[in-house]
Amino acid sequence: MSAFTAVYWKEVRENLRDRRTLINALVTGPLLGPVMFIMLMNVTINREIAKADRPIAVPVIGAELAPNLIAALKSAGIDAQPALTDPENAVREQRTDIVVRISPDYAKAWNKGQTVQVELIYDSSRRDASTPVMRVRSVVESYGRREGAMRLIARGLSPTTAWPVQVAERDQATSQSRSGLMFSFLPYFFVLTVFLGGMYLAIDLTAGERERQSLEPLFVNPVPRWKILAGKLAAICTFSLVSLLLTVGAFMTAPWFIPTEKLGIALDLGWRFSGQVIVLMLPLILLLAALQSLVSAFAKSYREAQTYLSILMIIPILPSVLLSVIPVRAEPWMYAVPLLGQNLGIVQLLRGDGVPGWQLGFCLAGGFVASAVAVWAAAMLYRSERLAISG
Amino acid sequence: MIEVRDLYKAFGEVRAVNGVSFTARDGEITGLLGPNGAGKTTTLRMLYTLMKPDAGQVLVDGVDAYTDALAVRRRLGVLPDARGLYKRLTAAENIDYFGKLHGMAPALLASRREALIDGLDMRDIASRRTEGFSQGQRVKTAIARALVHDPRNVLLDEPTNGLDVMATRAMRRFMRQLKDEGRCVLFSSHIMQEVAALCDRIVVIAHGRVVADETPAALLAQTGESSLEDAFVKIIGTDEGLAA
Repeated sequence: MSAFTAVYWKEVRENLRDRRTLINALVTGPLLGPVMFIMLMNVTINREIAKADRPIAVPVIGAELAPNLIAALKSAGIDAQPALTDPENAVREQRTDIVVRISPDYAKAWNKGQTVQVELIYDSSRRDASTPVMRVRSVVESYGRREGAMRLIARGLSPTTAWPVQVAERDQATSQSRSGLMFSFLPYFFVLTVFLGGMYLAIDLTAGERERQSLEPLFVNPVPRWKILAGKLAAICTFSLVSLLLTVGAFMTAPWFIPTEKLGIALDLGWRFSGQVIVLMLPLILLLAALQSLVSAFAKSYREAQTYLSILMIIPILPSVLLSVIPVRAEPWMYAVPLLGQNLGIVQLLRGDGVPGWQLGFCLAGGFVASAVAVWAAAMLYRSERLAISG
Repeated sequence: MIEVRDLYKAFGEVRAVNGVSFTARDGEITGLLGPNGAGKTTTLRMLYTLMKPDAGQVLVDGVDAYTDALAVRRRLGVLPDARGLYKRLTAAENIDYFGKLHGMAPALLASRREALIDGLDMRDIASRRTEGFSQGQRVKTAIARALVHDPRNVLLDEPTNGLDVMATRAMRRFMRQLKDEGRCVLFSSHIMQEVAALCDRIVVIAHGRVVADETPAALLAQTGESSLEDAFVKIIGTDEGLAA
């Protein structure tokens, strides 16, 4: 048996006996993403649906001045509540989402046929209030348009005279691309799983061996160190690959638990999607394994390695955060940047756009070049005299 | 046979090994005696190719340790200062792992492993995971895995360190057995009694230098002392860092 397979099988066997590694690689890591995803989506969707259908109560100041407007609101499921004394503060203190204020001269102006003012008092920074605000605004505006049209007709004019230009929206978003927007954080879950799947192994195989003082005896065997490293990397990659396969499998079942049809979006996480995600992620498996080994080899103890790796874990979040804060147009070179390329690719898959061959090629090439550099760096570190000495 | 010629190794300003030369012959036990910090472990680490000497040469059965490190490692059985085991593997699996790294065929590996398990009297612990092993059980397992490939030359760094009386006696018996099998046994120690009781030849190291390289009888004659203990103290110039 060659030294490479001897190292590989020993590491796999030893770590299969470690409950903490197993739970992390096969349970926590792979299931964390899908479970959080399903829960989050269900909460969001149910809230949105509840808000859209449910009758809401809105405090109205000066309701008695505009009985017809109030009736129009009521027919749209918006009940007028008694007035509040200090509406601005009520909104700021989140006691109510929105307050409607009808100006005192409403009736007089209305009868003269002048423009009247209806104030909507709300806080645009409160995202949960946006649905009620939108509903009230659209009811008020459509009421105004309807009344305007009536006045024109009463004066013998066609209502179209008042609206020479009409905006006609032609939204090109498909139901699937809308879902892509909502699920843009999904790529991070895949990266996180790969990271967690190999993390404990990577620590154990370098910092752990050093701390347990077993690295020195190991290096006394007649095996070049790069072969030992290769066996260890292969073992780490195996665990993170299994993690990835499990999490992709778990995500495939997600559409059954999320009532996406209620929001009019489509969520396609089928075989095609899963297969392409796995291909996109392949270079990251090797890259993260090499980086984790590299970082762990710098650490003197298991605990120290754990600390370093927790910091390293933040890096994969960066592309997701960056893309959501600064939405940039994808340039070709971005696909060759590890993590960023995977992020773009997976979001595209979710939108249903697919990933063309050249983008896939860029992703794989960029990822594998970076992996090669990381593996080379780890091999260099493995050659150093200092590495084996534990004391 | 292990030949060491004029080894030097410095860590920054500290000259850990400063011109060490000696020869350890087949069928003999050679003891490397010196106080703590004399450079014994560093010397041994250069012998088993973990460290590269700044100058000097190491020959194992005539093979240069730095032009052909892998061949040298194949001829050596080493119990290093660090003797960590894989705690989630059984003692036998620990031994097998090193045998496989030596590229041994399964049948040969199995017979050799069983012979060592009997020879070291560790049948009762062979199929237990090494987690929670006593110091003596750990050393036995570490020695078995170091010798699984039947090496001609055996290097032991402080082999009785931390062992109780019974285990120490067993270890000494085992070292004599290795010698009787015609192997070259080189071990380091800071315990004078142990070296006196076991060695055919004693290399005394202090401050990174060899200060004596004699048979026990010659050492006594050279120093004019009646006990080896007094002879060592006289040679080294102090008894600091040594143990009776």
